[in-house]
Amino acid sequence: MSKIKTYEEINQKLKQGKAVVLTAEEVSQLAKHASPAEIVEKVDVVTTATFGAMCSSGALINFGHPSPPIRMEKIRLNGVPCYEGLAAVDGYIGATACDPDTPAYGGAHVIQDLLEGKEVVLEAWGKGTDCYPRKHIYTSIHINTINEFTLFNPRNAYQNYNVAVNTTKRMIHTYMGTLLPNMRNATYSTSGELSPLLNDPELRTIGIGTRIFLCGAQGFVVWNGTQFNTSRPKNKFGVPVTNAATIAVMGNLKEMSPEYLQAVYYEKYGVSMFVGIGIPIPVLDEDLARRVSIANSQIETSVLDYGTEGMPKLDQVTYEQLQSGYIRVKGNKIRTAPVSSLAKARKIAQELKVQLQNGQFEISKPIQLFPKNTSLKPLKETEAENG
Amino acid sequence: MVKKRYILNFPPESGDKPLSYHLVRDYDIRINILKAEVYPGKRGSLLLELQGKKENIEKGVKYLTDQHVVCEPLEKRIHFEEKKCIDCGNCTAVCFAGALTMNRETWKLEFDKSKCVVCELCIPACPLHLFEIDFK
Repeated sequence: MSKIKTYEEINQKLKQGKAVVLTAEEVSQLAKHASPAEIVEKVDVVTTATFGAMCSSGALINFGHPSPPIRMEKIRLNGVPCYEGLAAVDGYIGATACDPDTPAYGGAHVIQDLLEGKEVVLEAWGKGTDCYPRKHIYTSIHINTINEFTLFNPRNAYQNYNVAVNTTKRMIHTYMGTLLPNMRNATYSTSGELSPLLNDPELRTIGIGTRIFLCGAQGFVVWNGTQFNTSRPKNKFGVPVTNAATIAVMGNLKEMSPEYLQAVYYEKYGVSMFVGIGIPIPVLDEDLARRVSIANSQIETSVLDYGTEGMPKLDQVTYEQLQSGYIRVKGNKIRTAPVSSLAKARKIAQELKVQLQNGQFEISKPIQLFPKNTSLKPLKETEAENG
Repeated sequence: MVKKRYILNFPPESGDKPLSYHLVRDYDIRINILKAEVYPGKRGSLLLELQGKKENIEKGVKYLTDQHVVCEPLEKRIHFEEKKCIDCGNCTAVCFAGALTMNRETWKLEFDKSKCVVCELCIPACPLHLFEIDFK
């Protein structure tokens, strides 16, 4: 009978400093000469990580009540629109929000400025009510003056992502970077064999309540991410060959580090935010040992033409090929470039490994697993009544 | 033989002199024009690769300076805020000259300024806007 470990056993070992923790890259190397049965014997936890642009991110802020009080019905932070349709002094600043007049500074920059301890100008308006008589406020806020400052990202850490190329004759600007004409370059985004959801493709250990490394703090997976899709085609190694599952995450921004959160602006696209996520995967049994052992040569992804409507799939390549610097697409040799930081993802995986080894990071069993057999609906346009 | 790239900025009055001809004939320098922007009567800018004996290149640069042409090594005109770089790789996607590349071991960005052709595509491609090139 093959070995089966429990979360409790592993946490006990972590607390005693006796657990064996490897990064997903290290375990992929180990798997070249060790079987899954040997790996489950030897290794307790595998750390995975990613540091890439994740547009579906943002922060919940409670500003505190001023005196006299105001029901903030329109909010600007350094001029950036902040969602105000919540209680009087609650707001949600989305990473991609911006004032169209200053498109290079957005919600992600506001979050980063606050995180770095900079003062941010808060301006808000209300209509004035009996209980909230004030109509306007213009002041500045600081990470230490606000109450809750919570990162809440509805969709992060995509399980695999497409490769982008451009077959047209004109250069295009996308969230996958600048794509040169005539397929002169190809960009890809995930950290391959180090990527969290590619190391647990059936999401056996990543679910609601999983404790994760989130921008330097301990955060949690709180739900499946938006556009969560389990119906994508998988290759013979059991990983989807295009973007599939996602996670929604939360954590206390006051405990995070600007080292693992970075606002970005893509020319002619807009603002986004690099989010650093690390997920520990417990090696509970041989199946998980086999999953975390996956190598770049076994992970495939789809090459899509971002220049053509509908983004047709042109080819399928492995991360080993992508990381070599060149891929072949329909016979053409194309130079590749990453658009997420593998160097930083490695740093996160390493830092999480150290935290686990020092007994500072407890692994947690999901309270509930994600739904199975989900797929995506497009937005079908109908003739709206009274439209 | 050495090879070095320079950015040349011409004042309006020297725009019509055959300066590169003199570099070739008088100083035995092999020249390669990689980029040129000339606005007659106003100014002109050139990215020039000079190849030749070290002392001849020095003399050639002095000749240009005497003609009131600002002549500076390319590296001095490229500004890159390396400390803020997150090694995402976006700039390497557009750098067809091969100046910006990812180290395939460490996955850190490497910048060989001597290969830059001042296409300036990295300037908007960097999502942190860490590049500046002073060509004009």
